[in-house]
Amino acid sequence: MSAGNAWQSHAPVALSPARLRRIMMLGFKSLWMHRLRSGLTILGIVFGVCSVIAMLAVGEGASYEAQEQIRKLGSNNIILRSIKPINQDRPSQARQWVLEYGLTYLDLQKIRETIPGVTIVMPSRIVRDQVWNGVNRMDATIVGTVDWYPETRQLNLLQGRYFTPVEMEARSNVCVLTTKAVETLFPLSAPLGGKVRVGSDYYDVIGVIETESTGAAQSTGQGSGKAATAAPDIYIPLSAARHRFGEILVNRSSGSFEATRVELHEAYVRVDDQKDVEETALIIEEILKRDRRKTDFEIIVPLELLRQAERTKQIFNIVLGAIAAISLLVGGIGIMNIMLASVTERTREIGIRRALGARRRDIILQFLIETVILSGTGGLVGVAIGILIPVVITMFADMRTIVTPWAPILAFSISGMIGVVFGIYPALRAADMDPVQALRHE
Amino acid sequence: MTAADPIVRLEEVRRTYRMGDTELHALAGVSLDFFPGEYIAIMGPSGCGKSTLLNLLGCLDQPSSGRYLLGGEDVSLLEDDALSQIRGARLGFIFQSYNLIQQLTVVENIEVPLFYQGVPEHKCREASIQLAEKVGLGQRLYHRPNELSGGQQQRVGIARALVNDPLVILADEPTGNLDSHSGTEILRMMDDLHAQGKTIIMVTHDPAIGKHAQRLVRLRDGVVESDERR
Ligand SMILES: Nc1ncnc2c1ncn2[C@@H]1O[C@H](COP(=O)(O)OP(=O)(O)OP(=O)(O)O)[C@@H](O)[C@H]1O
Ligand SMILES: [Mg+2]
Repeated sequence: MSAGNAWQSHAPVALSPARLRRIMMLGFKSLWMHRLRSGLTILGIVFGVCSVIAMLAVGEGASYEAQEQIRKLGSNNIILRSIKPINQDRPSQARQWVLEYGLTYLDLQKIRETIPGVTIVMPSRIVRDQVWNGVNRMDATIVGTVDWYPETRQLNLLQGRYFTPVEMEARSNVCVLTTKAVETLFPLSAPLGGKVRVGSDYYDVIGVIETESTGAAQSTGQGSGKAATAAPDIYIPLSAARHRFGEILVNRSSGSFEATRVELHEAYVRVDDQKDVEETALIIEEILKRDRRKTDFEIIVPLELLRQAERTKQIFNIVLGAIAAISLLVGGIGIMNIMLASVTERTREIGIRRALGARRRDIILQFLIETVILSGTGGLVGVAIGILIPVVITMFADMRTIVTPWAPILAFSISGMIGVVFGIYPALRAADMDPVQALRHE
Repeated sequence: MTAADPIVRLEEVRRTYRMGDTELHALAGVSLDFFPGEYIAIMGPSGCGKSTLLNLLGCLDQPSSGRYLLGGEDVSLLEDDALSQIRGARLGFIFQSYNLIQQLTVVENIEVPLFYQGVPEHKCREASIQLAEKVGLGQRLYHRPNELSGGQQQRVGIARALVNDPLVILADEPTGNLDSHSGTEILRMMDDLHAQGKTIIMVTHDPAIGKHAQRLVRLRDGVVESDERR
């Protein structure tokens, strides 16, 4: 009876790559029979996947931009700024009243002497005035600062040089222009070797530096710090600024003159070790508060901003992830819907295959592979479009976008998984059909 | 296995359908022996259980009680996978409505049983083309079912039933959907198969077709009414 026993001992048909390829070809044929339906189903996944990648790219780009700006401020730095105190009770009668507030040279001296590990203290005075070169005029923000300013702010010198310690000592009338100032003041000629006039003083142009971006800093500065946070146009030695402009500034505001006396508008404190930054900021706050009755300064810690930006990014990612999950879920439900319809429609085919020797698992595999083909194709097309969209956005909207390598990988593997998850049920339905009933199905 | 051993043996086979409270005995104790090389026609009035019997013989369904021995092996207690295995390896089906798979070509339809047996692609192709030519479809190898006439489709069905070299060929009204000309053609093919020594079990309600067979089994109300050999 060898023939009889052979059935049970017959080795189960193994799933070789060649066999898998044949089942896939079969899947393609069946899907091709209903191209429109298959195409629309794929579209659901395409939209899900490409929106995930595009959204992540835009989000990543935005947060990178923010972090880059913060990083430019220096993660080892602490920024001190003078701000006009709120609720200044101004005596209404006094005509010669001078508002006095802000950081002083004494404050910085105290910080330097009290706190160890603080190497650079970079003070600056900010003055708004008109700057002239012949007939070219600019309402400029003039920053009096120290010779190590560009190094601390990580600014690139484009032409010439920055001023030297000697020029600092000597209160020399030298200046470094930003590219923006060069465009306005030297539209035709070369700036180096030229002179600009502020009031009655002339300054030699010795260098050109890239324009600072203050976006990140500006967003954190509170209203009153306006003057302090405008992007600088011209840099001059702090000593010269002190000497030429004096301590008192007169502003015209709301119809009356307002005189303010501010020694320093801004100071950068560099902490040697990054892990001490936050603690140092607290100590500085203590020192400055000790002999003040009102708060006329603010402390900005770029490192803290960086951490905040990272936290924001995390939340952003979670929200994006949820949206992405929902859109992919919708695509997956679409696939399941179509596959269920397909299983019902192909009941007869299932019956035929079962009669001709297909096991349950053969049927399951066939339908599962069809869903995976649908979702996988959707995933691939989605990844391609999803990578393209950020490029287009960058081109037309001038927005930075970053497609991290894991975004397409993640989106694609999720779409593949959706094929399996949402394909399992229709496939099981197909496999559980009674062959006799299935064959009788019209 | 000697020639005297039955290839199919049914022992008191019953098939009962539950319809709510009542029980419907589609087969009420059928005992039959079919021998290798026999050409059997199963006849009887509508609803007498012919299709039910053929489904049992084809391992598409299982008896409610009784035993079914196919090639000496009791298959009435086998699991689903084993039954699929038997269908694919030992049985050939010819259906009234051809039951070809629409998205596959003639060649691909014929090789389906071999595919599920795990036969490599090129061997499937070879056997399939050979059979297609044998049933006179050498010019239609890559046509799809909807591009073929009914008679041609049924010839594909016959080729498919032969591709796995089955122990038994089961046919349920194979000419039921065909005009008399194509019907005769198909019946002639069945006669040829019989002449080649194949075992054929065919369900029909047409006495003229029944005459092609060498043995006639009549069913009535789920039991064997008569069993005559010619
Ligand atoms: N799935 C089912 N559920 C309930 N009753 C069924 C089922 N299948 C068949 N029957 C019943 O079993 C009996 C035999 O049916 P079967 O299909 O075998 O008849 P048949 O002899 O093939 O008839 P026909 O010549 O009309 O095809 C019928 O009374 C039918 O109603
Ligand atoms: Mg019937």
